[in-house]
Parts: sequence; C-alpha cells; structure tokens
Amino acid sequence: MELLSGADMIARFLQDEGVEYIYGYPGGAALHIYDALFRQDKVKHILVRHEQAATHAADGYARASGKPGCVLVTSGPGATNAVTGIATAYMDSIPMVVLCGQVMSHLIGDDAFQETDIVGVTRPIVKHSFSIRHPSEIPEVLKKAFYLAATGRPGPVVVDIPKDMTAPTERYEYVYPKKVKMRSYNPVTRGHTGQIKKAVDMMLKAKRPVFYTGGGVVLDKASEGLTDLVKQLGFPITTTLMGIGSYPQSDRQCLGWLGMHGSYESNMAMHHADLIIAIGARFDDRVTNNTSKFCPTAKIVHVDVDPSSISKTVRADVPIVGPASSVINEMISLVQGREVAHPEALTDWWQKIDDWRAEREGKLYEPSSPGEALKPQEVIEALCRVTRGEAYVTTDVGQHQMFAAQYYKFDKPNRLITSGGLGTMGFGFPAAMGIKQNFPDDDVVCVTGEGSFQMMMQELSTCKQYGVGVKIVNLNNASLGMVRQWQDLNYKSRHAHSYMESLPDFHMLIEAYGFTAITVTTLEELEPALERAFADKHELVFLDVKVDPFEHVYPMQVPLGAMRDMLLSKTERT
Amino acid sequence: MRHIISILMENEPGALSRVVGLFSQRNFNIETLNVAPTEDPSLSRLTVTTVGDDRVIEQITKHLNKLIDVVKLVDLTEGNHIERELMLVKVKALGAARDEVKRTVDIFRAQVVDVTPSLYTVQITGDAAKLDAFLQAMAPVGILEVARTGVSGIARGDKVLSL
Repeated sequence: MELLSGADMIARFLQDEGVEYIYGYPGGAALHIYDALFRQDKVKHILVRHEQAATHAADGYARASGKPGCVLVTSGPGATNAVTGIATAYMDSIPMVVLCGQVMSHLIGDDAFQETDIVGVTRPIVKHSFSIRHPSEIPEVLKKAFYLAATGRPGPVVVDIPKDMTAPTERYEYVYPKKVKMRSYNPVTRGHTGQIKKAVDMMLKAKRPVFYTGGGVVLDKASEGLTDLVKQLGFPITTTLMGIGSYPQSDRQCLGWLGMHGSYESNMAMHHADLIIAIGARFDDRVTNNTSKFCPTAKIVHVDVDPSSISKTVRADVPIVGPASSVINEMISLVQGREVAHPEALTDWWQKIDDWRAEREGKLYEPSSPGEALKPQEVIEALCRVTRGEAYVTTDVGQHQMFAAQYYKFDKPNRLITSGGLGTMGFGFPAAMGIKQNFPDDDVVCVTGEGSFQMMMQELSTCKQYGVGVKIVNLNNASLGMVRQWQDLNYKSRHAHSYMESLPDFHMLIEAYGFTAITVTTLEELEPALERAFADKHELVFLDVKVDPFEHVYPMQVPLGAMRDMLLSKTERT
Repeated sequence: MRHIISILMENEPGALSRVVGLFSQRNFNIETLNVAPTEDPSLSRLTVTTVGDDRVIEQITKHLNKLIDVVKLVDLTEGNHIERELMLVKVKALGAARDEVKRTVDIFRAQVVDVTPSLYTVQITGDAAKLDAFLQAMAPVGILEVARTGVSGIARGDKVLSL
C-alpha cells in the first residue's frame, strides 16, 4: 500500500492517466501541486503567461490529438482568467479537465485572499464540476473528471481543490482507479436500430438529399465512415464550420460549409433539399438563419449523441440518439447492396447543384491588381498552396477566420481548429501552441488579425521558453474587420471603435522576443515570404500581411431570411 | 401547460444549484420547487412545477437528464398522479370572525395547529387549487402570513420512481 499526499496523488494520477502536457500558471493555492509536479518528470508542465492561454492551449491540444486537454491554475484570479477558455471548450464540446486551486477549506466562504467560488462561476459552462472534500477522494474524483470530459458529448470538467487537500503532511492510500462507474451517467453507445432503418429507407428514396454534418463527426472520429457512406450513396454533403475536413473538401460531392458565411451552393442545396441528414451538428443560429424559413421542403434525420441537441431549434422527423461513428457504421451496412430508388432524380439534383456552383465560379472575390492592397482571400489561397493543404490551421475570430475557412481546402478532420461556438478572439495563437507541442513535425499556423492577436500575444514569451515553432499569419487590415463589415452594412459605415489606432510595430514586437517577422505588402512578396516562413518547422515566424481594409466576407446570409437569402458581394444578392 | 417533474438526484452539495441554474440559464420557468432527501440518504427527490408547450417541456426533461447529478426523472403530468401541497397560514381570528374561520377550516378539512387570543395558525394540504380557494375564503378575515411548500407528487398505481 502506498501512502501519498493529495498533491502527490494528483501528480501520480496524471502520470497514470497518461497525461503528457499540463498547461498552467502557479499561485498560492496550487503550490503544493506544483511542488509535486516538480518532483516528477513524466507530465510536462507548460508555463503560459495568462491562464486563458492555458485553457486555449489545452483545448488546441485536445482538438488535434483527440485526448482530453489538462489545465492547472490557482484560486481566485487564476481560475477566473481561465473562464473564457472553459466556455470556449464547452461551446465546442472539447474534452478538458481544469484543476483549480482553492483557499483552505476552513476559509471557504470568508472572502479569503484569492477566493472565488469557481464551481459556481463555471456552473453553466462545464459538463460537470467537483469539489474535493477529502484528500482520499482525489484519485476517484480525477478519474471521474477525465471520464466525463472525454465520453458521451465531451466537455470541460472543473475540479476545485482546496489547498489543505494537497498538504504534504497528510498522506492517504493511493490506488489508480482503472474503471469508473456512475449510476447517473450512462452515455449511449449506439443508436436505435429501428430509427436507423427508417432513416436509411428515407435516404434511399430521397430525390434531393443533402448531408449536413458537424463537429460531432470529428469528435467521434467518424470521418472515414462518413466518407464511405456519402460516397456509397453519391449524395452531396455540406459541413458546419466545426465539421470542416470530416469529408475531403477537394472531393466533388463536398459543397463546402454552410451557414452565415457558407458557400452559395451549400446554402442553396440545403434550402431546396427534400431530405437533410444531419449528423453531429446542432442546427445553431449561424447555420439555420431564421428557423421558421429553414429548409421548407425537407424532412430531417438528426443523429446526435446528445438528446438535448435534437429538436432544440429545428424539429427532427427521425431523431436518432447515438454516437456518430456507430450510427454511420450501421447505416453503411444497411445501405450496402441496395440502390437508390430515384437515380434520375439524383442526377437532376446534381445538375442543379452544378449550376449553382457554376453561377459563382470565379466570382467569389476580386483579386488585387498590381499596386493595390492584397486581398485577404489571396493570402489564404497562397498559404494553402505553400503548405499543400496539410497544415494545422488555427484561427482567431472575425473576417480572417471566415476567409481561412473559405479559402484553405481541408481534406482531413481536426485540421481547422477554430472557436466556432463561443467565437473567442485570442483563441488561435495559444491553441496553435498546444497543437505544435503535440505534432512538432507538422506545420501549425495561426491565421489571425491584429485585433485578435493582441488579445493573447503575451504567449510569444511561452513560445520562446519552450521553442514552439508555430507560424503566425497576421491579416493586418488595421481594423476590427467583421465589426467594420457589420457597421458598413447596418450602421451606414459609422465605424464605432472598429479601427485600431496605435497599432504596435509588429516587426519590432516580434523581434523583441527574438523571433523572425516578415512584413508583406505586395502579391510578389507573398509566396516567397510564406516559403521562407515554413522553411524551418521549428522556428516561430510572424508574417505581418497588410491587407485591404475594405474587403467584406461573402456570401453572407441576410438576417432573418432563409438559408438561400444571401448577399453575394457588395452589390449582388440572391 | 403546467407540468410536474419529479427528479431523483444525488444528495450532493451543489446538485440543487445545478438544477435551479439550468432553469435560469436556459430561460425555463419554475413555478414551485421542493426538495428533500429520500429513504435512501444518498438520493434527494426534487419536484418542480413548470409551464411550457411540449417542445419546451421536452427540452427541460432532456437537459435535466443531462445533468450528471440527476439519476432519474418523471413528468408526473403525463399519467395519473397524486399531487399535494402543504400550506401554513396565520389568519386573524377575532370576535365573530373567530367562529367563521374555524368553520371554514373544517369545510376545507384543514386543521388549526396553533392558537393565540387573536389568531389561528392553520395547516392545510391539497392541490394548488384547493389552497388558492382557501386563501380566497380567508382574505376578507385577514391573512397575516402564508408558507407554502410547493407541489409534491407521486404517480398513481404501480408506477414507481426509484433506482
């Protein structure tokens, strides 16, 4: 029997659980835990420069690796700084365990120094949370935390740890719990076979079907199955922003992504479909536009592991509660050997889709003429060419995020890493850091804007400390582009606080940390600068690319309209 | 429509705040709420009455079921059920009204459980409508204080909400 202090139990548990990296920042209430981490070398602690970055880095790590991210922060401000990152992970269903120091038990409720009720603060943005009440509970509670974070619909779990629970003088028996059982938590492992049969029958009889798939497919590692199923049926597929790459975008059957800034053909196909097969997507407002005008002629099959996602905003005709992978596999076996009932209708449907495609071909944006400011879209297309479409691309939030999603072509899941649900500026750079540590030999690039980057740029220091060679492509339009776009469209171009006066000299800023910065202003400079940036996989390079501040993101759905109601450029609309 | 949802949940600190928080977070409505441990001290039973159309009630039950602390729940209004609420009321009982109050208490099968020279404390159980009717009857006499437990309920017949 082994006797360990609470702090040593935490360190040991993390080792036994196979945690490779823990992102954090020390402080009074977490110091016993930090001391225990110091006395071991299996779990690597990454010292960030702000707790929000710790959560985003762990989040990026989790998205790219499929394993839960792990964070350690101290009580009070340490924990509250982590809140935005926890909410980000919650909205995108990312598995994460956040260990928070807390003041000593006997001080809780007294407004002690650096005390915050973090379990209360985070209650609406966690899958679950725990407070440690006795050191001997630590192994079991941590096991439950990791189990809950990673299973069913994944999400962040907060564990609040009062300092006295980790005191070095109090030792208790430690056994790594191999299994965990919770009477109140039994995530479904497969869908209802009758419902799946019904769905497949509808799929085979459909005349204008479209797959609409989301982050659930990526999270459940169901991309291969999905690709098989979609290819077998020959149906078109559109994905959500979170589902990008779960079906190869270079394939003809892929219409791109859908919603507010989704492709013209995706939104048109959705609007005119007679059957929508939604898998691991949640019909959120940035996809559906006005739900009362959403896809008027479509029956809806909705597969999701979380029953509360089904019929939340749009009523499903065939609800199927189950994990994407097992339901897809069951669908594949039911489809095999059977033919679609209306092949001629499907041919007509494809003809219609190809017509929509042709309508917008070559009209997506106007490339820059020599001497003019670069178009942000051109930068992303060049980035895609230089990295052969194989990089991990993280983004912040705004126009650059949409351009990255529109113009980089992703053929693999988990390659576009973006805050889709919460829309967190400052997410991209720390997320890239977390990914690069897990995949040091891959290209990891953060596409950002000067507004977002300034929210988390202190992490340059972390990258310096750990030699993290991420690339940063700063689409610098010297304004908060998406805000500006809305102001152009809705506020007669009154640009209230959407421009950035007093921008730093990014070149000097990056060099101050000892990194390379390249400023790009013309098309001729662009590709050589990108080639240079990606020449050494282990070097952090910052590209400050000056782009046209007047550019808008299109298509853009018209507020309160149907899927098909879109602005296509500054002068055209459907 | 009004629904009575009965929930068995872990008798853990914080469990109640998750349930209550869910209602405000998701813009659901709580009319009454009552909660106490069951015969199994590791479980609490919470009964909430709420109002909403079928879509809203479906979302409420799904989200409640998603809470890790919630073990099982039932929407009692889906079937035959018994619902009761307990109320304690202090009413003025002076002069001629004193006898009238006692008579009304008897009509409602309520009980006077405490007495002073100037007031009665009445205990009454029943469904919400009965309690409302009693309050209405007492209003002219003068109601001094009301304490209601909120609705508790149980299914009729063989149906049992247990683990």
